[in-house]
Amino acid sequence: MAYSEKVIEHYENPRNVGTFGKDEADDIGTGLVGAPACGDVMRLQIKVENGVIKDAKFKTFGCGSAIASSSLATEMIKGMTLDQAAEIKNTQIVEELNLPPVKIHCSVLAEDAIKAAIEDYKKRHA
Amino acid sequence: MNAPLDKNIEHSFQTAPHFPIYMDYSATTPIDPRVADKMIPYLREQFGNPASRSHAYGWSAEQAVEEARAQVAALVGADPREIIWTSGATESNNLAIKGAASFYKKQGNHIITVETEHKCVLDTCKRLQREGCEVTYLTPQKDGIVTPEMVVAAMTDKTILVSIMAANNEIGVVQDLKAICAAVKAKNPKVLFHTDAAQAAGKVPFDVEDLKVDLVSMSAHKIYGPKGVGALWVRRKPRVRIDPQIDGGGHERGMRSGTLAVPLIVGFGKAAELAKAEMADEAVRLEALRTRLLEGLQKRLPDTYVNGSMAHRLPGNLNISFSFVEGESLMMALKDIAVSSGSACTSASLEPSYVLRALGVGDELAHSSIRFGIGRFNTAEEIDYVIDTVVKAVDRLRSLSPLWEMHQDGIDINSIQWTPH
Repeated sequence: MAYSEKVIEHYENPRNVGTFGKDEADDIGTGLVGAPACGDVMRLQIKVENGVIKDAKFKTFGCGSAIASSSLATEMIKGMTLDQAAEIKNTQIVEELNLPPVKIHCSVLAEDAIKAAIEDYKKRHA
Repeated sequence: MNAPLDKNIEHSFQTAPHFPIYMDYSATTPIDPRVADKMIPYLREQFGNPASRSHAYGWSAEQAVEEARAQVAALVGADPREIIWTSGATESNNLAIKGAASFYKKQGNHIITVETEHKCVLDTCKRLQREGCEVTYLTPQKDGIVTPEMVVAAMTDKTILVSIMAANNEIGVVQDLKAICAAVKAKNPKVLFHTDAAQAAGKVPFDVEDLKVDLVSMSAHKIYGPKGVGALWVRRKPRVRIDPQIDGGGHERGMRSGTLAVPLIVGFGKAAELAKAEMADEAVRLEALRTRLLEGLQKRLPDTYVNGSMAHRLPGNLNISFSFVEGESLMMALKDIAVSSGSACTSASLEPSYVLRALGVGDELAHSSIRFGIGRFNTAEEIDYVIDTVVKAVDRLRSLSPLWEMHQDGIDINSIQWTPH
């Protein structure tokens, strides 16, 4: 399978890889989506201050497109408000990374990961 | 037509680019230069049709085909008259199974095979099921081995054919066909035994009289011969019958019509001759390379698992799962190495390898598997490069993997409520 240059670039130099420390837990929302059996698991974390995503981190078990989709997602949401981030659609990721049809599920998973992280944050600050 | 050959052609293999390192010899092999040399006259001046009985062009083509027939027969301890040329192992498997099911339909309609067979056997069996056959698909042991007891237990009074591959294409596991076939024949000598030996014939000792099988499928391109040619061995004593699947001029004793592909057949013959002569030494060399690869990887990478039996295995095959790393992303990092993955993402379907699943390998480990096929032209230097590259890639991808982090933190990933998608 041929990958787009953007997928390869994110795969080789993924942005915002990592995990927030447990001492920061109050400001953090964590989304864990996918399943090992399906070959894709994404964990995306957001660090929120005054309703704005100040920082984001991810770790992904999955194909190159899944790694690129989650790397791009962390870049996109940084600086957004929670409401703005919740509006992100997987099609934006597909377009930005030139994902082929068989890889669209990777972008869907990234969208789900953003939503799950926001939900987790809101649940703990309700 | 008779212009001198470009001598560079003969040596193009040796001067071919070093990268990517080819380590996918279970998928196919390059043509051995000695095989190519033998084929070239039959692509040029020796173009005759072996079925032409009225002139020298036909006679010399026929002579070449018969020499190759003897070479291929000798590889498996057979009589040359029992070899039927086909386009490859896929056609041989189709012809053997469909041909036998059709010819012996009055005796029964039950076929026994194994879940880990090649798709061309499984899909042939599925088609026969739609046409009224009953098929039992045996689940092998966790190490990929099929026991005689499993096969015998599946036999009914309707069983006409057992089809079990000699060596598996993904995990390289070699079956004890002699014991399985003996058990089948002891229960009912009329039941035919077919084996897909595409991966085995030419790599491990294989003798039809020792095994007492009835039908054997073979392939040229797995043993450094050309693509597009294979053979089906059909036992003459006692005579095994099959209905042809391709009708026409009655070539190959009526079992497979069509003008013979002389250059390919000549190449297959030479490849078989070389395999027979060099198999023992080559097996020792390949096994040493495989041990070097396995030990090199396991020494530097924890949580790696070999899929399939190590004790009963083709010398050049190594199928390993690297836990918590997805296979396709690993392949992407191994762009300088040509290997295969059991990950779903490398195939069009979203399912991971059905062979690993049949062994009971968990989906996450099946997604993490890589098949290395070491062959004739690999070197120790290449193995060392591969070890280094794989170790670096797995380490990097594990540093990106949330599952690896959980594993390091002592969290059992099976205890988490996942959301399959």
